[in-house]
Amino acid sequence: MIEQIIGALLFVILAPVVGGLVAGIDRKVTAHMQGRVGPPILQPFYDIFKLFEKESVVVRPEINFYIFCYLVFLVITGAIFFAGEDILLVIFALTLAHVFIVIAAFASSSPYSHVGAERELLMMMAVEPMLILAAAGMYMATGSFFVADIIAFQSMGGDLLVSSIPLLFLGVVYILTIKLRKSPFDISTSHHAHQELVKGLTTEFAGPTLGMYEIAHLYETVFLLGFVWLFFAGAPILGIVVVAVVYFLEIVIDNTNTRAKWQFALRSAWLVALILGAVNLALLVLGIIQPGTLGVL
Amino acid sequence: MELLLFLILFPALMGFVFLIFPNTKARDAMVALAALVLIAATVIFFLQNYGAGTVLYEIEPGLVSTAMMAIEVVLALGILYLAAKYKQWIVAALAVIGTGVALYAETLFTGPEHLNNLFVDEFTLIMAVIIGVIGSLICIFATGYMRDYHDHHKEIKDKRQGFFFLLFVFLSAMFGVVFSNNIFWLFFFWEITTLCSFLLIGYAWDEQAQKNAFWALLLNLLGGLGFGATFLYLAFTDPAGDLVMLDSLIAAGPAVAMIPAALIGFAGLAKAAQMPFSSWLLGAMIAPTPVSALLHSSTMVKAGVYVIVRFAPIYDASFVGFLVALVGGFTFLLASGIAISQSNAKKVLAWSTIANLGLIVTCAGIGNAAAVWAAILLIVFHAIAKSLLFLCTGTVEHRIGSRDIEDMGGLVSILPKVTIMMIIGIAGMFLAPFGMLISKWAALRAFLETPYGIVAVILIAFGSAVTLFFWTKWMGKLLQVAWKPEPKREGEVSKPEFYSLLALAGGVVIICLGFPLLSSVVVEPFLEGIYGIGASLGDQNIAIMLMMMVVVFILPISLIFFRRNPKMIPHYVGGRMETGDMHFAGSMGIQRKVEMSNYYFEGIFGEAKLGRVGNILCTLFIACIGIVLATGVIA
Repeated sequence: MIEQIIGALLFVILAPVVGGLVAGIDRKVTAHMQGRVGPPILQPFYDIFKLFEKESVVVRPEINFYIFCYLVFLVITGAIFFAGEDILLVIFALTLAHVFIVIAAFASSSPYSHVGAERELLMMMAVEPMLILAAAGMYMATGSFFVADIIAFQSMGGDLLVSSIPLLFLGVVYILTIKLRKSPFDISTSHHAHQELVKGLTTEFAGPTLGMYEIAHLYETVFLLGFVWLFFAGAPILGIVVVAVVYFLEIVIDNTNTRAKWQFALRSAWLVALILGAVNLALLVLGIIQPGTLGVL
Repeated sequence: MELLLFLILFPALMGFVFLIFPNTKARDAMVALAALVLIAATVIFFLQNYGAGTVLYEIEPGLVSTAMMAIEVVLALGILYLAAKYKQWIVAALAVIGTGVALYAETLFTGPEHLNNLFVDEFTLIMAVIIGVIGSLICIFATGYMRDYHDHHKEIKDKRQGFFFLLFVFLSAMFGVVFSNNIFWLFFFWEITTLCSFLLIGYAWDEQAQKNAFWALLLNLLGGLGFGATFLYLAFTDPAGDLVMLDSLIAAGPAVAMIPAALIGFAGLAKAAQMPFSSWLLGAMIAPTPVSALLHSSTMVKAGVYVIVRFAPIYDASFVGFLVALVGGFTFLLASGIAISQSNAKKVLAWSTIANLGLIVTCAGIGNAAAVWAAILLIVFHAIAKSLLFLCTGTVEHRIGSRDIEDMGGLVSILPKVTIMMIIGIAGMFLAPFGMLISKWAALRAFLETPYGIVAVILIAFGSAVTLFFWTKWMGKLLQVAWKPEPKREGEVSKPEFYSLLALAGGVVIICLGFPLLSSVVVEPFLEGIYGIGASLGDQNIAIMLMMMVVVFILPISLIFFRRNPKMIPHYVGGRMETGDMHFAGSMGIQRKVEMSNYYFEGIFGEAKLGRVGNILCTLFIACIGIVLATGVIA
């Protein structure tokens, strides 16, 4: 119980810091890839602080409320995850958070945010099956939906999660590009200036409102990286290395791709989920891949 | 037992009173009163009986059965007359065959007459509350709605006396369906619900209404043949007639009951509008909104899933059960997909009903304790949230003159209270921590416990992603306020309409908060009675869900803070010049108003395309069930 509360609290306090550093490094690496010097690593923090110094202006008062809910539920999502609770509950809370940001964009009633909202919804629809199938795979491999159990299973003699659900891991890495809003799947709003045509669903958010949105993004990044890490939780250090490699890969993809059409994003994400997900689950059911065994227990 | 008989007989009796009562305010008041009495009776009945387990009631069948037979013949003759008048020869043939087979089969049984014709268990109780409370609220709503309806549709003949008669008889028949232990009795009430829905769908009785009503009748009579075949099967295998009783049939286990379970399941699939039978429920949308609400939430389709869930222990871990689950699973996925391509709110609701019933059927087909837990909670959540949504849509339609979601932009500023209730209903349909999602989650877990369950898991994973899309874009549309909000028009909503909406919205909230109680008091004892084990989500998860729920209810308080200080500015729209009321400076100096509409993806999720795929697949699965049973490979 205590461990759970500590896990959740650590996430709530540290995630913005870690997320901000990741974003800062991301921007630096991205800049180097493009032959620029890039901003200081701490730039994301400066940006957010600056946003909160600005005047609070909105096109509709409710928007602040919806974005606040978005932030709150992203924090809850990550807190449930790092408290070691049920992974399905985590996925549903994540969905709830995103419904709020979509509604915020709808409520702002501007054409660009409207299109952004529709695209964000499409992207949610694109990634959801993969997330649920990954959770199903984790259950089949470890016998539990609880994050704490999944970690315990791996560290107590069971194989790494990735060894029984490797295809699902690849699928998650694929949709990670969508969830991190990176090119070619940054169609609802790009997070980087170099891809920014119109800021999609965030077009009408400004000042502290946009600040809340940015903080939420930091929380989400850390949660998503935690999700990737879970596949290697039995070897924590290896897990961190893999997370770093995966994130670097995302930056490379981001910088070498132009924005794709939504049709491609949806179809490819579903196809990946269907093929990798179904095949991996079927292999587990048929016993071709044996789920790792709990050595001592 | 008196109360049980009261529930079956009282609505029908009141129905006859309304049939002769003229269209006055006094009649409307009486309808409301009768509905309130029915709600009270249902609640008392529930409180008296929960925790008592399965109770069988002995009713002397002699006179009752004869009366039922007589009524069946009269109704069949009525159908024949109408079918002949409108040249619906297939309907006529089905009515003759169905009634004929049932009457003939009844003579084949040689054993002594059985007494335990009615029964109550926890599942029945839940169904009774759904029928009694939600059904009655819809009747109250209908008094206000139908007045508006005839003001709006002068061309339609005012047949409100018959309308309320049918609504109440419908409720009686539904009580009969869930209380009957004798399958012959069940069939009697089953056919009455078919007939009531036929007449209600045909309410306007113009060309389209006739066509749709007869189509619904045709498919449901076709499904009803499943009962006829069951009677014949039982007559030949067990002439003593012990297995005619639902409780002994299910207790007999899969070896004996698999064929009846599949045949009655077929009737259930037709009634629950699963593919390939889904078209009748869409045709039914032509009826006035309270009828749609009734058909979708507390009657008709719920009778379909009721019998399928009843036979879940028989389907458990069988190949037939797997095929049933596939019909449900594909219906869930494809119907959800079709809902994306619809902008007519009633059609979205209809397709989502078909989808949700598909999910319930999938759970019943998988048939283990956890899946049945999910199925029963799905029935509860769906009943209450869907009735609320239908009635809200009906109310909105009368105020803004459209049921198209695209016309509901900014509804929150025109009808704030109704919109908030609508949002509660929508949230209840798909969002954590609300109702339906709890069951979807439980369903996922249940499916993973069976080896072939991953097929269902994959169907659910994609299906629920699709659900998310069409619900959220509807919600977004409601909350999208234009630069200059329109004036409020909430005062135009009549009292009966408003209060029944309020009661249902309150019900959604209460049931979301109270589902752990519902689960532990009624659903888990029911499962323990059948499977010997209960099922639940686990206390930790429920605690987190409830915490999230509290957060959802606390968060709106922050609106006070956010409303207080912000400065309102015109839209930025990426730097483009505009005039402040969402007009753009277009080319050639023309000002253009901004138009925004949602994605519908007709090309990908079109009704014709996905519907055809679903009908072919599900027909194949049903055919497979037939083949499996015919070749005797009952695994």
